[in-house]
Amino acid sequence: MQSSAFLSRKEMIGFALLAALIFIVFPMMLDSFRLNLFGKYLTYAFVAVGLALCWGAGGILSLGQGVFFGLGGYCMAMFLKLEASTPENTSIQSTPGIPDFMDWNQLTELPVWWQPFYSLPLALFAVVAVPVVFAFIIGVAMFTRRVGGVYFAIITQAFAAILTILIIGQQGYTGGVNGITDLRTLLGWDIRTDEAKTTLYFVNGVLLFAVLFAAQYVRKSKLGRLLIAMRDQEDRVRFSGYNVANFKIFIFCLGAAFAGIGGAMFTLQVGFMSPTLVGIVPSIEMVIFCAVGGRLSILGAVYGALLVNWAKTTFSESFPELWLFGLGGLFIAVVMLFPNGLAGVWSEKIEPRLLALLGKAPADKSAPDGAPAE
Amino acid sequence: MFADYSMAELGAIFAMQGFAGLILFSVFVLMALGLAIIFGQMGVINMAHGEFMILGAYVTYLMSNLFADYMPALFSIYFFVAMILAFIASGLLGLFVEWAMIRHLYKRPLDTLLATWGLSLILQQTYRSVFGAREVGVSIPDWMMGSLPLTDLIEVPINGIFVMVLAVGISLAVYIMMFRSRWGKQVRAINQNRVMAGAVGINTEWTDRLTFGIGCGVAGVAGSAFTMIGSTGPTAGQLYIVDTFLVVVFGGAGSLLGTIASAFSISQAQSIMEFFLSGSMAKVLTLLVVVGILMIRPQGLFSLKLRK
Repeated sequence: MQSSAFLSRKEMIGFALLAALIFIVFPMMLDSFRLNLFGKYLTYAFVAVGLALCWGAGGILSLGQGVFFGLGGYCMAMFLKLEASTPENTSIQSTPGIPDFMDWNQLTELPVWWQPFYSLPLALFAVVAVPVVFAFIIGVAMFTRRVGGVYFAIITQAFAAILTILIIGQQGYTGGVNGITDLRTLLGWDIRTDEAKTTLYFVNGVLLFAVLFAAQYVRKSKLGRLLIAMRDQEDRVRFSGYNVANFKIFIFCLGAAFAGIGGAMFTLQVGFMSPTLVGIVPSIEMVIFCAVGGRLSILGAVYGALLVNWAKTTFSESFPELWLFGLGGLFIAVVMLFPNGLAGVWSEKIEPRLLALLGKAPADKSAPDGAPAE
Repeated sequence: MFADYSMAELGAIFAMQGFAGLILFSVFVLMALGLAIIFGQMGVINMAHGEFMILGAYVTYLMSNLFADYMPALFSIYFFVAMILAFIASGLLGLFVEWAMIRHLYKRPLDTLLATWGLSLILQQTYRSVFGAREVGVSIPDWMMGSLPLTDLIEVPINGIFVMVLAVGISLAVYIMMFRSRWGKQVRAINQNRVMAGAVGINTEWTDRLTFGIGCGVAGVAGSAFTMIGSTGPTAGQLYIVDTFLVVVFGGAGSLLGTIASAFSISQAQSIMEFFLSGSMAKVLTLLVVVGILMIRPQGLFSLKLRK
């Protein structure tokens, strides 16, 4: 049995270590450019944490998390783009005051659905609300009809494809394949300077911890227990009188909200949003972040996102040909050899030895919330 | 939207778009057949399916060069040799992959999905390293060039007809294998009740491996056929994978007829809409409708009534 406290002693140490890494070690070790890069990696950690809940705990594999990441990111980008497209800045356009890509595509006025994004509160609300509403619609349609498993995965993947094609096709409204670029200020505050990027990195870190605590709360709650029960024996939970679909919808929406926040932070830190971050390939890569970290562990998900993205940057800079082999091999290895990812390796291999080395009795042998669903 | 065209023109447009739709239909059928065997019968998600097709396409490309260089006299029939070799190459790779990877993951379908995605990345990079990142095209024999004028307004390309004939032929072959051969009977028996099938003496492990291999082999033949109507690049397979899965799921996994029916409706819808809307909107609408129908009817168009 796990302790009923919000954070067990072990988990407390884990959270503290991650906090030290993100708030102290990285800012001290890395220059501004690298720190911004790590901030970008951490935005993917939001998605990975959501996936750890949906997939690891709930057994719902979504291959469309990029959709929610993208929706959140686009909501943020639309606000920033409108702020950057003041009539003064865009006076050379045939219609000043609208985003440049609209002008290039012969649009003469702002579409109605862009209007709310003049307001920051509305835009911030949309960052969470749009992905959640979208996830809710998908969730209601699928889970109440008891569609799950691979069918759910394929259909969410289709959504990733649909959104990408839509964004690229509707160039005048979305910026097309280039995405929304040339973002400058947030309420007059220039987000392109090094100082701003460092500030945003810390904001990102704080938000990530807020998300981690929310995720931890869900895991520790009755809902978290039910999720795992549903993953392993869905019918028994149903026959016990629980409405399985509602729990699934909730956790899927929560994952979408996390992904949306991550997307918005991505836009702020990187300075653009494009359909290449939305589609099938990025969506499935997000799953591997979670799988590498250990699909059950929310802290593992953060490490997974950091590690895989860092490896991607490092390898694709120096050996671009090797990277795809490496990533492909990683997919296969994680599934076949380390189904519990880094967290599993840690708790099964490293931790017992570490404890033995320290002369302590090994902790209780209970498996971390059960092995992956067989 | 129709006012600008005369009736004759409109008829020709529908006929031509319908024919373009038929070619797309053949392409979908060819792609989906292998997947219908692997996913429909075995329940295995093979995300590397597209890469098995591309392997067939590259085999055809190699054969085309080989025949052009060494046996120009036989060039007009190289394609048939290439198709058989494509089947063997993709099939053997399929057998190997099943042995090395898939058989360990039968009880974890979602993990199979991730592992085969990894495999697809590795295969893509292999193709890129071996054949280069640029798309390659095969030289088509003379008899496949040009088009057949049916009326003044309607023309149909010969290679399109060839692909359609191939699609029909391979569908028939798969049907015969599935419903008339001993192997097909065993596959269906295992699909219905694995334990019982094993108890009556069917070697389920070997049948699984063979099924996976044959599914991949059919994908290879499909890839081979694609070289007739388009060029091949290392990442071409990935473009098709979502469409292919939707075709199979929409048709109702496990139903061969359903796969063909869904390939027909999706391709016709898409190609007719393509004329009036932009290509991307036609695609978005088609996918949305398919996904919408799947939400209402998750089991697909044709579902097998089975007691599990």
